Amino acid sequence: MNDMVCPITNGLPKVRERPLDPPAIFGQLRDDRPIAPMTFPDGARGWVVTSFAHARTILTDSRFSSQGSLKHLAFASELATELDIEKDLPPGQFEHMDPPEHTRFRKLLTGEFTLRRMKAMVPQIERIAAGRVAAMRAKGQSADLVRDFSVPMSAQVICELLGVPEDARGRFEELSFRALSLDVKAEESKAVLDAIVNLLIEVAMGKVAEPGDDLLTGLVTGGQLEPAELIGVTLLLLVAGHETSANMLSLGTYALLREPEQLAKLRADESLIDNAVEELLRYLTIVHIGVQRTPTEDVELAGVTLRAGETALIHLPSVNRDPERFPDPDRLDITRGAIGHLTFSHGIHQCLGQQLARQELKVGFTTLLREFPDLRLAVDPDEIPMRENMTIYGVHELPVAW
Amino acid sequence: MVIEADPELCVGSGMCALTVPDLFDQSQDDGTVVVLRPVPADPELDDVRDAVRRCPSGALKLTD
Ligand code: SF4
Repeated sequence: MNDMVCPITNGLPKVRERPLDPPAIFGQLRDDRPIAPMTFPDGARGWVVTSFAHARTILTDSRFSSQGSLKHLAFASELATELDIEKDLPPGQFEHMDPPEHTRFRKLLTGEFTLRRMKAMVPQIERIAAGRVAAMRAKGQSADLVRDFSVPMSAQVICELLGVPEDARGRFEELSFRALSLDVKAEESKAVLDAIVNLLIEVAMGKVAEPGDDLLTGLVTGGQLEPAELIGVTLLLLVAGHETSANMLSLGTYALLREPEQLAKLRADESLIDNAVEELLRYLTIVHIGVQRTPTEDVELAGVTLRAGETALIHLPSVNRDPERFPDPDRLDITRGAIGHLTFSHGIHQCLGQQLARQELKVGFTTLLREFPDLRLAVDPDEIPMRENMTIYGVHELPVAW
Repeated sequence: MVIEADPELCVGSGMCALTVPDLFDQSQDDGTVVVLRPVPADPELDDVRDAVRRCPSGALKLTD
């Protein structure tokens, strides 16, 4: 066994010195030991990876498994927001599978998420964003960007893609808002999840009776998934597609409003939006629990031996702040061309919905800036409550005025 | 220099099509890579190298 002291015990530290930077300890670790020992809250010994190069190496090495049963909770938390993959979720969670099982699911879906298809969705996304702006205006001169823009916008986008009918959307939006809230305790979050699963079953049954031109119909009529798998896959798409985009929209807006110089650059030249989206994805890296890979045999890497079974946690937020890859990494610079960041991970599990996320963020930020030339925070930036306790980082609310 | 793509390895991420849309697309059926023009022009080579580097699954190669 490794006899070095373990700087990270009982899971990842949650407290950030500054709300938009990962905890400082990770930067120190990268300098000293880019692959450092850690212990998970369940007591298991593992590794935390903070360098870009090692992260990419591990994420493309097939000796490392993604099996859900080998993963651990990343944060010690009373709010057990991380669900047990095996016990709490229906089958079909292919992000926690290895080939060939993983391949069977992924190949069914990749055709639905091509760059071309996602670009074709832009007019739909623009219509949804415009609807949210109208709803915000109807409220007066201020709103909570989380509740009034980001959450409903991303819920509507994923509902349209999947084919969730109008009459079920209100319920889905409400459930998803509760699922993303801070004050939801473990038991309630299970209840919310069950309610979402029931809603999906209802919607899927509806597609059998009345097929449409949507993703869910394709899965229902394709006949390649067991009914339980179908629900599981849909749930994965819904949760992965919704929680992440919603938080990126709000946190990205917060970051821009905190950095007036960057905001002014983007306002002055809308063509910077693609770069701005990539840079915000890099800088904010909202998957702050990282991703985990477990070696199925002993692996030597960068002078350490990762023994079989010792899970490596790739700490994506600090990997994306590696100065070897991104000069002056702690600076938000919307002109830098940050593409190649690992926010969507890397390897065969790289985010399936990334091209949708890009279009959604592009439309979301562009719409907000165009429609509200005087958009500003309605409270002091340091008063904004951050999602430190949640699986996906972001803000709990974002009071804005215009 | 010739682009070689292995659709078996491809996971349909769309990074290649995003990086060099003139040379890469994705199949409408299963999202796997479609090389539009296997022999890139010299000025395109740097972009193609970027695409190869960004491909998450190792499905792309640039060979002599
Ligand atoms: S970047 Fe690689 S994995 Fe992604 S679509 Fe292109 S070839 Fe396939």
